[in-house]
Amino acid sequence: MEAGSTTAAGARAVPSLGAARRRYGEDVVKGILILATFLSILTTTGIVVALLVPTIEFFGDVGVWEFLSGSKWTPLFEPPSFGVLPLLVGTLLTTGIAMLVATPLGLGAAIYLSEYARPRVRKTIKPALEILAGVPTIVFGYFALTFFTPEILRGLFNADVNIFNVLAAGIVMGFMIVPTVASVAEDAMSAVPQSLREGAFGLGASKLSVSLRVVFPAALSGIVAAIVLGVSRAIGETMIVLIAAGQIASNSIDPREPHYSLASFIGATAKGDVPTGSTEYKTIFAVGMLLFVLTLVMNLISIRFVRKYRQVYE
Amino acid sequence: MAEHVTEPEDKQREAAPAGGVGIPDQGARFSRDGETEAEPRRPREAIFQLEKVVVSYGPKPAVRDVTFDVGRNEITALIGPSGCGKSTLIRCLNRMNDLIPGARVEGRVLYHGEDLYAPNVDAVEVRKRIGMVFQKPNPFPKSIYDNIAFGPRVLGRKQNLDETVERALTQAALWDEVKDRLKTNAFGMSGGQQQRLCIARCLAVNPDVILMDEPCSALDPISTGKIEDLMMELKREYSIVIVTHNMQQAARVSDKTAFFTVELASDDDHRTGRVVEFDDTEKIFTNPADSRTEAYVTGKVG
Ligand SMILES: Nc1ncnc2c1ncn2[C@@H]1O[C@H](COP(=O)(O)OP(=O)(O)OP(=O)(O)O)[C@@H](O)[C@H]1O
Ligand SMILES: [Mg+2]
Repeated sequence: MEAGSTTAAGARAVPSLGAARRRYGEDVVKGILILATFLSILTTTGIVVALLVPTIEFFGDVGVWEFLSGSKWTPLFEPPSFGVLPLLVGTLLTTGIAMLVATPLGLGAAIYLSEYARPRVRKTIKPALEILAGVPTIVFGYFALTFFTPEILRGLFNADVNIFNVLAAGIVMGFMIVPTVASVAEDAMSAVPQSLREGAFGLGASKLSVSLRVVFPAALSGIVAAIVLGVSRAIGETMIVLIAAGQIASNSIDPREPHYSLASFIGATAKGDVPTGSTEYKTIFAVGMLLFVLTLVMNLISIRFVRKYRQVYE
Repeated sequence: MAEHVTEPEDKQREAAPAGGVGIPDQGARFSRDGETEAEPRRPREAIFQLEKVVVSYGPKPAVRDVTFDVGRNEITALIGPSGCGKSTLIRCLNRMNDLIPGARVEGRVLYHGEDLYAPNVDAVEVRKRIGMVFQKPNPFPKSIYDNIAFGPRVLGRKQNLDETVERALTQAALWDEVKDRLKTNAFGMSGGQQQRLCIARCLAVNPDVILMDEPCSALDPISTGKIEDLMMELKREYSIVIVTHNMQQAARVSDKTAFFTVELASDDDHRTGRVVEFDDTEKIFTNPADSRTEAYVTGKVG
């Protein structure tokens, strides 16, 4: 019946279907949109190519295996050594600590916002969180170096830490990532249909049971996506590690010690005075490529989960 | 009534106070006056007594003047045009409206003589005893087994879970259809099966009353028939309140019927529902006291 009446109304509204008219405004808008799309694709391709060429040249000078499995990173010394493992250790260590902080805090905040907060509270806190996500990371870096290490780690906890240490960098990086995790996870939990919550409440489940046993599992893939997104931000984080964790490549996993990471090495070396075209210079691109691959893998995993999660309720 | 009780049921209810066939043991905490339990076979015993109930979502009431009783082991039907507050009212019988910010209930809702909205009453406890089945089947995205086991699990009743699941599915006339695929996802079931799963899920926590808000509106006539048969079966042990738009359904299954109407305020467009008539279903459908009821049940309006 509905469909029938719509067609009837449509037929009435358009007396002659032959009067097709070119809408130039729409063509212009369409053109701009296409341009924007191609520009972003072009930029990404450009970046990959720009990264790929020096990387390939780098692997002409240094073996792939030597790069990936070597445990000594001294590209700027004589004789240079190009084992990337110490940087990888630094990246994994800071990322691990950051996620230990960001996952519970971010998911806790997400559960609170989606399940417990009154609508007005949520409407205030969520944008505030998203603003926090936009604070430049250099601010977090100096916060870690000038406040968190001396006042909190050394002052409050009496910890015997180096002034540059992985712990402070990781924890503060975790704070930085909380809004990202909270915001994406909250979106996933809010998308769980209210009818599921009502079904559980109708069985005498408490708010906590409903949140943890119904909403959380139903939003699981979105929650995983949130965590993965957090991880890829942590892997790529440059400034905090550069400023607060020092610049010493080591294989130590002691979080009280200073460390270098993939991203912070690039940050430090790119602003230095290595001669263009030298092997040292190309290391930046090789390390960048590794970072790119790591983040890409994380993002692919994240996209997969998000897609799976969309399939459930749409 | 005891003669209808099936074997496993007997076992399950052993712990109930003597004569408390329809009241599960947990129900006892709500009944302050011992009278109801001393004389379980009085001709008509009220599970709910509603007195001048008014429910509002904002400044103006959504439904008002609701006064009627819900009897034990009866099916009470709520009928009336869309927007008259049937869902609103049925949801206030298990404090489901607590979940909606701003919803308020005035008047008295007595459950086994106890005020459901007294400050010391815990809404979560209330919902353990007063289960609810919704218009759209809402299985959890879990296996069939886990759907049924959900209630007992969150309530900490983890012993004999397999038995509980089987009994609930059997009671909901679903066991034979699903017994070989208990571990498969409930989303793979048909709509009618999902709705019976939701009924089974509700039975698994062993409630006292089951509230059903248009449980068949998304189902085909065959599934609807199955659920109606099921309700007739269930009323031996449970008390049921059902909202329905299907007049034949109300006439077929219910013992009592409340007819609601909706009135438009003259100054603004606010609609308020109210109960026009409450009586034996037979009387409502054959010889109603109010002309509006007659017009509605005979299909002249609404
Ligand atoms: N969550 C809510 N917030 C605000 N107003 C609501 C809410 N739910 C229902 N109402 C209002 O309360 C009135 C009664 O709605 P209700 O859903 O109880 O009607 P109903 O009789 O169940 O209708 P139907 O037969 O269409 O299901 C309506 O005017 C509706 O707009
Ligand atoms: Mg309704």
